[in-house]
Amino acid sequence: MADLRSEFIGIKSPNPFWLASAPPTDKEYNVRRAFEAGWGGVVWKTLGSEGPPVVNVNGPRYGAIYGADRRLLGLNNIELITDRPLEVNLREIKSVKRDYPDRALIVSLMVPCDEDSWKAILARVEDTEADGVELNFGCPHGMAERGMGSAVGQVPEYIEMVTRWVKQHSRMPCIVKLTPNISDIRGPARAAKAGGADAVSLINTINSITSVDLDDFAPEPTIDGKGTHGGYCGPAVKPIALNMVAEIARDAETAGLPISGIGGVTTWRDGAEFMALGAGNVQVCTAAMTYGFKVVQEMISGLSEYMDRKGFTNTSELVGRAVPNVTDWQYLNLNYVTKAEIVQDDCIKCGRCFAACEDTSHQAIAMSEDRTFTVKDEECVACNLCVEVCPVDCIEMVQMAKGSVDPRTGETVGDYANWTTHPNNPSATAAE
Amino acid sequence: MSHSQLTEGIVPGRLDTEGYCKNFTDVAPPLGVQEARIAADRCYFCHDAPCMEACPTSIDVPLFIRQISTGTPEAAARTIFEQNILGGMCARVCPTETLCEGACVRMDSEGEPVEIGALQRFATDTLMAKQDHPFSRAPSTGKSVAVVGAGPAGLAAAHRLAMLGHEVTIYDAHAKPGGLNEYGIASYKAPGGFAQAEVAWLLQIGSITVVENWQLGRKGDGDLADLLGDHDAVFLGMGLSGVNALRLEGEDKSGIRPATEFIAELRQASDLASLPVGRDVVVIGGGMTAVDAAVQSKLLGALNVSLVYRRARAEMPASLHEQEHALTHGVSIIENAAPVAIHGNGAVREVEFAYTRSGPDGLEMTDATFRLPADQVFKAIGQTLGDTPAKVEVAGGKIKVDGAGRTTAPRVWAGGDCTHAGEDLTVTAVAQGRDAAQDIHHVLMEG
Repeated sequence: MADLRSEFIGIKSPNPFWLASAPPTDKEYNVRRAFEAGWGGVVWKTLGSEGPPVVNVNGPRYGAIYGADRRLLGLNNIELITDRPLEVNLREIKSVKRDYPDRALIVSLMVPCDEDSWKAILARVEDTEADGVELNFGCPHGMAERGMGSAVGQVPEYIEMVTRWVKQHSRMPCIVKLTPNISDIRGPARAAKAGGADAVSLINTINSITSVDLDDFAPEPTIDGKGTHGGYCGPAVKPIALNMVAEIARDAETAGLPISGIGGVTTWRDGAEFMALGAGNVQVCTAAMTYGFKVVQEMISGLSEYMDRKGFTNTSELVGRAVPNVTDWQYLNLNYVTKAEIVQDDCIKCGRCFAACEDTSHQAIAMSEDRTFTVKDEECVACNLCVEVCPVDCIEMVQMAKGSVDPRTGETVGDYANWTTHPNNPSATAAE
Repeated sequence: MSHSQLTEGIVPGRLDTEGYCKNFTDVAPPLGVQEARIAADRCYFCHDAPCMEACPTSIDVPLFIRQISTGTPEAAARTIFEQNILGGMCARVCPTETLCEGACVRMDSEGEPVEIGALQRFATDTLMAKQDHPFSRAPSTGKSVAVVGAGPAGLAAAHRLAMLGHEVTIYDAHAKPGGLNEYGIASYKAPGGFAQAEVAWLLQIGSITVVENWQLGRKGDGDLADLLGDHDAVFLGMGLSGVNALRLEGEDKSGIRPATEFIAELRQASDLASLPVGRDVVVIGGGMTAVDAAVQSKLLGALNVSLVYRRARAEMPASLHEQEHALTHGVSIIENAAPVAIHGNGAVREVEFAYTRSGPDGLEMTDATFRLPADQVFKAIGQTLGDTPAKVEVAGGKIKVDGAGRTTAPRVWAGGDCTHAGEDLTVTAVAQGRDAAQDIHHVLMEG
């Protein structure tokens, strides 16, 4: 078994799987169950300022989209930050941390955008001996209307300002949690770094309406005939999150800034993918909310087995390993030519590749009388759509050897060459 | 008078009330909403789908399954009924393992097809439960068509003709419409009076009159000339009313009867406990009728039921699924044996069989024989065409038709089991009835 012990901005945990700040981490009871199940760390559900806590709606808080067999693929929520009194949360945090000194315990915070509010709460959090704080600049619903959450995360100057206050008034490591509801994630990340953040975590949830009730004509979840946008998470958001993590990891200005990856992590593989793109650890919520805390056990065994297979002895060997291979479109090799090839023995003759290619792509698959499907190399642009729609994964993309002639273009497959030097590019630089 | 499974002879009441209820319940219970959703999710929505190709009525299977998966089973039912107005019965009785499900691409990948039959039932039951008839008639054409036989072929033809605006009269020899759906299908395949409910639902299209207890050519009823005099066209769908004989001495002993009679009697019985059945039952034949008679004998409480087929099991007309159904219900299947003598004094006591082998000139009897004790014997070695009008040419024992269902007689079409075309299946009969109706419409409207 590979050693999964993880150290993230100086915070140690027995594995890199933390529970994200969310309903599963709202109370001592839940967090103790999480630690018993094996979670490496927990980001306690966001605390607000002292005083009467926020209130939640008393109707449905969640909406979902499903795949086959009602498999939950995306979850939307309109729950706010903790609605329990500050002192109760702080007392419980202290109690849990005392009993689980080997686990990471981070406290998520969201208070109004003034220095005194932040200063006040930081002192109280420090008292709990929690390992660090996470600034919630991400929640897109409810709190944003009050000038907090994603309302801060969408303005880099505010991110930098608040982060600076936090670093100034606290010795605790500080993670800034970013909202994806922004055009370029690098701006907020750079602002967090400029403000002195020890790390960023992302993504928080995405603005969303999950569905519409077609009888009542109201967005879902519906509260007394009305609905509001919520925050979207779960497996469906993972691709968006992966891209944003990679953007920060490969940005020259933020390169090396530790990242805690969040967004649809459901299995060990998802976690490993985030880590390969630069995340030092990952945070999970929807998978736990769907299946319970035990899912972490599969994540631990799967990542461990993968690391053994790859010969990695420490998670740090995985972190960032795919970042150098994330590039811009213009640098992709235009002389990398592949053709689809259908493995006939495995083909079940459903014809989905044919329908997809014939109707929506390049008419590059032939169908015979007896339903044998073959690729027409002279038409195939290697788009990969047939591979994606094949239900039994029996189509491979085969690379053409250098020097061979692509029957589609009649051109010889040559050395690496990209758009920057392509003759069709008006601003191409002359090839040497 | 109380009997048990051990009582000798042909007697009623071998089981207690609970036993009958349990044995004759729905053989394939309907899918629930959640089960249907899961089953529907397994469909790949194949291009030019093999299942659709394998269906004699060409139901757009991927489309109707997708309609189920998106929560619109009524739309799915409409897709089915557009091609096959008896889609409800076909969902229950089709040998799907040799048709749509046998062609499902999932058979290649995992050996488990999408449950097309069960999904079809889910969709059609949903719509029919609302007593909602999804079609309406075209404006009246002023033409009238006679349909002989209210079985699957006749009903499908009548419905399509009515939909196209013609007046239809169905003439049927039985007391109830439905044909084999009412009289020829094992009880547990369509319990709850489904056949009659389906006919009633189908007749909601309107302009169809059903004349019962009317037999073509019977004195007092009418013949083909009468029908052609009263109507613009005639469709013959009277099925097969005769049965093949064993041609053995002693065949007239009591206890020996056609399996079709037994099946019909069972379907019409209001109290299964009153239905007598033998302790040792022998069924001769290898088709669906043989299996239905054998299994139902067992379910009625017969102690020993043997189904004897003259060729190898692999050649049995009954599908593998049907054979397994028989075996799991305790029927012994004896292959490669043909009856050579009936023994008994007044009533049958034993049937003697000779083992067979295939020789250069076909099946040969060997000298090896054996006897099976039998107090009841069912003959299921094929059905035959009854009397047919002279003007209609018969070839090989069946009415000759062209691809459009036209017989050799002008203005006379035919379809279903009484014709030589296609397999003798409900679904084939529906396709032939429907297609003949389209051709009749074409001819009547052009003429």
